[in-house]
Amino acid sequence: MNLQSVKTIYQAEMARSLRTVLQSIVSPVISTSLYFVVFGAAIGTRISEVEGVSYGAFIVPGLIMLMLLTQSVSNASFGIFFPRFSGSIYEILSAPISYFEVVLGYVGAAATKSVILGLIVLGTASLFVPFSIVHPLVMLLFLVLTALTFSLLGFIIGIWADGFEKLQLVPLLVITPLTFLGGTFYSIDMLPPVWQAVTLANPVVYLVSGFRWSFYGMGDVSIWASLGMILLFLTVALAVVSWIFRTGYRLKP
Amino acid sequence: MPTSSTMTESSLTHRDEVPAPQGTREEMARVSEDCVIRVEGLSKTYDSGFQALRDVDLAIRRGEIFALLGPNGAGKTTLISVICGLVNATEGRVLVDGHDNVRDYRRAREIIGLVPQELTSEAFSTVWDTVSFSRGLFGKPRDPAHIERVLKSLSLWDKRRNRLITLSGGMKRRVLIAKALAHEPEILFLDEPTAGVDVELRRDMWEVVRGLRDSGVTIILTTHYIEEAEEMADRIGVIRAGELVLVEEKHALMRQLGRKELTLQLREPLDRLPDGLDDHRLTLAEDGQALIYTYDGRRDGDDDQAGIAELLADLDAAGIRFKDLHTRQSSLEEIFVRLVREEA
Repeated sequence: MNLQSVKTIYQAEMARSLRTVLQSIVSPVISTSLYFVVFGAAIGTRISEVEGVSYGAFIVPGLIMLMLLTQSVSNASFGIFFPRFSGSIYEILSAPISYFEVVLGYVGAAATKSVILGLIVLGTASLFVPFSIVHPLVMLLFLVLTALTFSLLGFIIGIWADGFEKLQLVPLLVITPLTFLGGTFYSIDMLPPVWQAVTLANPVVYLVSGFRWSFYGMGDVSIWASLGMILLFLTVALAVVSWIFRTGYRLKP
Repeated sequence: MPTSSTMTESSLTHRDEVPAPQGTREEMARVSEDCVIRVEGLSKTYDSGFQALRDVDLAIRRGEIFALLGPNGAGKTTLISVICGLVNATEGRVLVDGHDNVRDYRRAREIIGLVPQELTSEAFSTVWDTVSFSRGLFGKPRDPAHIERVLKSLSLWDKRRNRLITLSGGMKRRVLIAKALAHEPEILFLDEPTAGVDVELRRDMWEVVRGLRDSGVTIILTTHYIEEAEEMADRIGVIRAGELVLVEEKHALMRQLGRKELTLQLREPLDRLPDGLDDHRLTLAEDGQALIYTYDGRRDGDDDQAGIAELLADLDAAGIRFKDLHTRQSSLEEIFVRLVREEA
């Protein structure tokens, strides 16, 4: 294991985030705050409690999840897409490092950043609404697993994309809609039965539900289904990444 | 420092205990000392069907400057890319200091530095950061003193805090060289190092390359500029349509393939070649002011195979007087153009 190389990639990626601190940290915090103002304070006061939790507190886990998914994907995809785009990927490919180490560096940095952001948003949320976390360790586990899995997805997108349009295609057309429809702002119990069944096909439901369970001890689906789903995602993402490197897809002609 | 001295002792002992390698001594010596890169039966066909390399065999000697010449699209960059691990070979293999560059890629790659043709860079990082990044990426511990030496040797020290985006093309090229040298490679690949670089900077770069060679680094460069190969290289390989058509010592190449020209400045201009001189390959030039005699530079033995003495005697007999004469050997460029044309 070439730890020096992994550390170098990791630190360079973290430094890149610090350079673009406004875009990487401030903007997600601002947009999350806006959600709280609109959904929590303005609309939330008209909505009574959802499953025994105030509406403002109810949306906290969903909002963090929304931010976690979009930020993980966009960070990790940009991290690997940019060297491909600028051509400086040659250096990574010619270095004495294994593919696993490359992924560890890039995805590790993207996931770390997402976890930090998640915690910052959590802190921001606590300024708007009071809430408690029943299972803090499970909360952290979900935070880390989700950040890791979606950073891997971002890495895959960053390698697949051959232009900036494609880079934004998946986050805009897949992640955001699925998150909005995945019970971020509502419990799926509030939906008509048909839509409840349809919603269960949305994988993000399981993530939001599991994450919410760690806060309030209740969710739309069982915690085990949520955990199983995130682990399934992780496995699929790892399989795709290892296929990419085995075949040299889009990296090595 | 008891720990480090113990480590040194144990590693020395360990080395002594390594069993003698199999194979003849000469063979081992040749492989381990003479050739630092061995390319065997290398072919590359891209997915598009384009065959960029055809059964290339090449051995690069330790410490030499090897110039790879060839027209655009001949396969120079593909060859370098396969050796450095950027492109997968279709057939054949590459040994770098005895290590297979696919199976034992870590050992093979850690001694190679690559300066790519394209000016690529992380636009927003500083010179210092990007060069330090390269060192770390190759698994070497931080060494600010080394980075400082590299930057100074490339006249980049004053620019170390500049962002790459603010640098000129020539400066970016230097940064790429600095990045490639950051991990103290034993082999340096320079893919078109002076493309689009002004003459002064080119001379500077040649100095840098010579300095590296003097410090024991093996250098492989590809170039369009024959002048560059002529100036720098110890050996020259010519690649055409994916085939290595020739590998030769530069001096031998120029001697073997070099045609010579003898130019005689005449006292009296001539309208036409006088009779009796038809046997010699003579042409009139400069409005009859000069006679040019072309002969094969490789026939420069003791006997007058080039026929100069005979020619001069015949000129004398024909009453042609000349006031000056000079000879000129073909430049590598002329040799190269002829070679590529002949085989095309």
